[in-house]
Formats: sequence, structure tokens, C-alpha cells
Amino acid sequence: MNSNDSTECTLPLNPVVPFLRTERMPHIWCPGCGIGTTVNCFARAVMDCGIPLDELAIVSGIGCTGRVAGYLKLDSFHTTHGRAIPFATGLKLSNPKLHVVVYSGDGDLAGIGGNHFIHAARRNLDLTVILVNNFTYAMTGGQATPTAPKESIETTAPYGVFEEPFNLPHLAASSGAVYVARWTAYHVVQTKKAILEALQKKGFSFVEILAPCPTIYLRRNRLGGAVEELKYYKEHCVIQNGADTKDVGIDLRHQDKVTIGKFLDIEKKEYYDAYQEHYAGLLKGGKQAVAGA
Amino acid sequence: MAELLYQHAEPEAVLSGTHFMDGNHAACEGAIAAGCRFAAGYPITPSTEIVERFAERAPHVGAMFIQMEDEIASSICLQGAVWGGLKAMTVTSGPGFSLMMEHTGYAAMTETPCVFVDVQRAGPSTGLPTLPAQGDMLQCRFGSHGDYEAIALCPSSVQECFDFMIEAFNLAEAYRVPVFFMMDECVGHMTEKLVIPDAREISVLGRRFTKKPPEEFLPYAPGEDLVPEMVKAGDGYRFHVTGLTHDERGYPSTTLATQRQLVVRLIEKIQRNAPKIWKWEERNLQGAEVAVISYGISARVALKAIELAKQDGIQAGLFRLITVWPFPGQRIQELATRVRAIVVPELNLRGQVANEVERAVQGRCPVVPVGHPGGGVHDPQDIFHAIKEALS
Repeated sequence: MNSNDSTECTLPLNPVVPFLRTERMPHIWCPGCGIGTTVNCFARAVMDCGIPLDELAIVSGIGCTGRVAGYLKLDSFHTTHGRAIPFATGLKLSNPKLHVVVYSGDGDLAGIGGNHFIHAARRNLDLTVILVNNFTYAMTGGQATPTAPKESIETTAPYGVFEEPFNLPHLAASSGAVYVARWTAYHVVQTKKAILEALQKKGFSFVEILAPCPTIYLRRNRLGGAVEELKYYKEHCVIQNGADTKDVGIDLRHQDKVTIGKFLDIEKKEYYDAYQEHYAGLLKGGKQAVAGA
Repeated sequence: MAELLYQHAEPEAVLSGTHFMDGNHAACEGAIAAGCRFAAGYPITPSTEIVERFAERAPHVGAMFIQMEDEIASSICLQGAVWGGLKAMTVTSGPGFSLMMEHTGYAAMTETPCVFVDVQRAGPSTGLPTLPAQGDMLQCRFGSHGDYEAIALCPSSVQECFDFMIEAFNLAEAYRVPVFFMMDECVGHMTEKLVIPDAREISVLGRRFTKKPPEEFLPYAPGEDLVPEMVKAGDGYRFHVTGLTHDERGYPSTTLATQRQLVVRLIEKIQRNAPKIWKWEERNLQGAEVAVISYGISARVALKAIELAKQDGIQAGLFRLITVWPFPGQRIQELATRVRAIVVPELNLRGQVANEVERAVQGRCPVVPVGHPGGGVHDPQDIFHAIKEALS
């Protein structure tokens, strides 16, 4: 822990500081960006989850949210664009004692990495996938992602998006995830709780967090700043735990509400356990099918 | 600097004895003997038998095979497994190899020791899936963007598919690079005698894990041989790995100085150690007028041409490349001063290796490439005519 002992006044330490690589601050995120808020929720969830920090690994892809791995004081991997999940797959299976978290954005996980997302969910790999959805490829200047709401303005959709966006909770649930929730950067208590539950859940758990991108997305769409966006989440989000995921698609600017909540929390055999069990009959003397590292 | 710790292969995993086996299966056995305990792959002809065998053998040797959703996933999944602590490989052929290129660069940049097997088939694109070529030799060297050095080995027999696969894993660990095991369809699918030695006769290089405590450890500070020590996830080091240009702490840094320091080292760690990496075979080169330089299946076809030349009164010998990258240019330069001409048969049309030979020879003698579009092997007569032509 780098406790900045040069400061003369003794302010109480922010409780998430021990989880951060403080020597890498300031971070790259813009003022008002929601990603930092989600990291704060994550750090607080980690504090409460009881997982030893040495056994917690974090894998990110590319993009603004892709930078999360680099700021957390854990075994952390900043991989290639869209490939955090297959990297995490190898990491988890080679070293099953690890709790592996994938932390990335909508463009990274649902766009270029969409295929890996559905397959990891199908396998029910024991991964916690945190997706920060800001509706844009912000790092590259604001191109349309597969979650961009219809008619939103993006640099690659200057006359408005006309494609249908993904309903990510439904994609995750129908692909095989065992835990699916959606919260926003306004709902910090619930977000922290959802991440905590996801960390403790065995199997593919998915938390989507809607987050403001004031510099790119909000500005270009004349939606105000981060405060306006958080107010929007406050006023227009409807908490509906257990909602059928097929009904939770976001039509941010044409409906009065965004459905948020914990949509799915079920039990299903996780990949590694299924693998062990499947091969147990083949092996003698209680030998495990996979030695691990 | 972490020591190079060689151990014996795991006896339970090694099928010691004499076999009649194809190259793909032998390559799989070589990987298992070398300690490979994780493979991620996606089916593609003519390489699939390697992962099929691995899938069958894995549960019995404490290994895991996972069939991923595509080659992009396979080529990064194995790197996750390496950082989790296992030795790992992926296996593919042309189209799949093309998909993997971003991750060969990630392995080079993050210094992730791993093995990419490419059983080469004729291209471009889908090409001839069931027939041989040697057209990926520059792709394995230059296929990912940016500058880096890699190691590529070319076996030309079933025995070598086994033996050099062990070498491939050992080199990956020694230098922390992706090693390309560049087979071809012929070598992969031909069946011949394979002798798998006793496990105690097989040397396997362990990972170069650091002995330093976390507070003293810098993940990308190189040792004297320019190779940094390794750690794995879960051991309390809380390290960071990124494909961005990074400093010795592993943290991103966008300065020219960091870029220069890192990328120059990635290249020099192979170039400086190249004499320790090089492997080749020389046959009948003493007093030869012509040297035939080749690799993989083409080197075996060339032997027939050398025999035809001998019948015609021409002394020709074979220089067979086993390590193609880093290229043993020094040795070839010496050779060029002793022979009147060099002939380079290979299963591609643009002289992928012949051009590198020419670069090493620097005009000391004529270099005659003998190209082939792939889809078969050379007619030995064509190589023989090239030998005659080279002397005229």
C-alpha cells in the first residue's frame, strides 16, 4: 500500500485505496465518467467478499473500461480487444483456485468479443463478468457499439443509429449465465451488492452497469453532463428484480423507463466441476482430471 | 537471473517405446512429454489430429483440452493458461493461423512462453486444405504488427515432430517467446517409425519463476540474457501484464524511451542468443559444389535430387534448416564461400526462405530458388535441373 505519507494533514484514507495502484494515479478517465464509480463499487464488494486478494485476478480487454485492470492492485491482465473472456478462460482453468473477474466495456465484450461472451456463458465457466455500458466506443472517440440506442448520434452513425441494440441481460441469460443483474452508476449500493453476489456465485455471473460518458456520448447526443445522466437513471430506472430478461431491452430515449435489478440467480453445474465429474470415472485412485498449476 | 532448470519428463506421461505413428500424433506426444498440460484449439485440416489426440490423452496425464469457439479465442486462451502456471499450446493451419496473428504479437509483447503449431497447407485463403505447403514461413516471422523476434522450428520427419516439439517448449521457456512449430501437411500425415525414449532421457525446461519476494520483484526487468523472470497468478505478486508498451514494472508507458528499451530488448534477446538456439543438419557438404538449403518435407525431397546430381557427376550436399527463425545467416554466409552455388527448394512461390538465404549470402555465390505453389511436393527432377542450372 502506498499511503502517500508526504501529506502533512492526516485525512482518513479512502477505504478503496488499498485496492488501487496509487502510483498509477491520476487515471485516464474523464471527469464525470461512470467507470471510476463502478471501480469503487467493485473495491467495496471485494472488501466484503472474503476472497483473499492474492487469489483474485482481473482481466480486461481494450477501451476505457479496459483500463480497469491496470489500476487495481491484483494480478491483472490487460489483454487484446474483445478477448478478455477467452484469456480468463485459460487463466481460470489452469489455476482453478483463482477467482477470475472480467471487467470491460460494451464495445469490447458485446461487440468484438460477443462470440466469446456467449460461449463462456454456454459453458457456465466460473467467471464474474462486469460490463460497463456507456453506449459508445469512447476511447476511439465515440463510435456506435452494439448497445447504442436507436437514433443516438455516434461518429460512425452521424445521422443516428438505426440498428437494433443488444439486450445484454437477455443475451447472457439465454446463453447460460447463472447470475444476471443490471444496475447503473447512480445505484452504487445495489451495484456493489450485485458485484458481491456475482463474486460469490459459482458459474458465469454477469453484471451490466449503465454508466455516463459525458465527454463523448452525452455531449454528442446533447444529453447534458454526468449529473443529468445520473438524474435520468434516478428518475427513469424501475427496479424489477426477477424480471423476464426478454422484457428488459433498453430503448433509452423512447421509453420512460429502464428496467434494472437482479434478473436471474439460479444454480447450475459450473464448467470445471462438470469437467471433473465427467472424467472422474476414467481415472483411478481419486486422481483429478486436471492437475492445475 | 533465474537459472535454467532442466528436469526429466514425467514418466507417467511418456509413451516410451517404438511406434508406427504419424507426425501429428508424434507432435502431440512430444508436447505431452515436454510438459504441456493445456491445449486450446479449434478444428482445422490438416492439423486436427494433434488436438484430437491431446483431447484423448489429456485426462490421463493431468492435462486439459478445451475446444474454443474459434482460433482467435484459442490463441489467447492458451496464454491465460500460461499465466495461470501451465505450459500450453494451440494448434492450427493456414486460415486459423491468420486469425491468430494478433495474439502471436501479444505473446511476444507480454513475453508469454507458449507454442503455436501450424501444420501448413496450400493457400491463400481456404486453398487446398488437405495438401501441403510451406507458405506461412514469413507469416510466423512477421505476421503480427510491429517489431519482434520469434523462434520457428521445422521438423521433417515423424521422429522430429516428437523431438523438436520438446525443444520448442524448452525454447519458449528459456526465452519467453511464442515458438512456432512449423510443420507441413506431409510431415503431419506421414506415418513412420518413432522411438520415444525413456522419460529420464528427456530434458524438460521448467518455467523461470523468480525467487524474489513480491516487494523486490519487477516483472519486466531483464536478466543478463535479456529475459525477465516469470511469475504466475495467485502467488501474491499482484503483477500487471499488458500488450501496451510497458516499463519494467509492467505498467503502460507511452514514451519513446520505453518503446525503444522494450522493443529493442524483445529483438535482442533472440538475436543475441541466436547461436544457442540454432539447429541445422548438414549432409555431404564437404567438398560440395552446390549446397541445397531446405527444410521440412522439401528437404527430404531434395535428397533425391542430390542423388540424381551425384549420378550426373555433380557434388551436391544438403543444409537442412531446423531453426528457420532466428535465421542462421552466419553459417550460411560461411557456406556460400565454399560452394559455387546454392539452391533453395521450398513449397511457396515467392522464395520466403530463399530471399533470406540471398540476404545472408550477399552475392558470394548465386542463389537459385526453386518455388512450388503447394498442393504437392517438388518433382526431384526440378530440383536436380536447378542444381545443374546453378552451375552453368
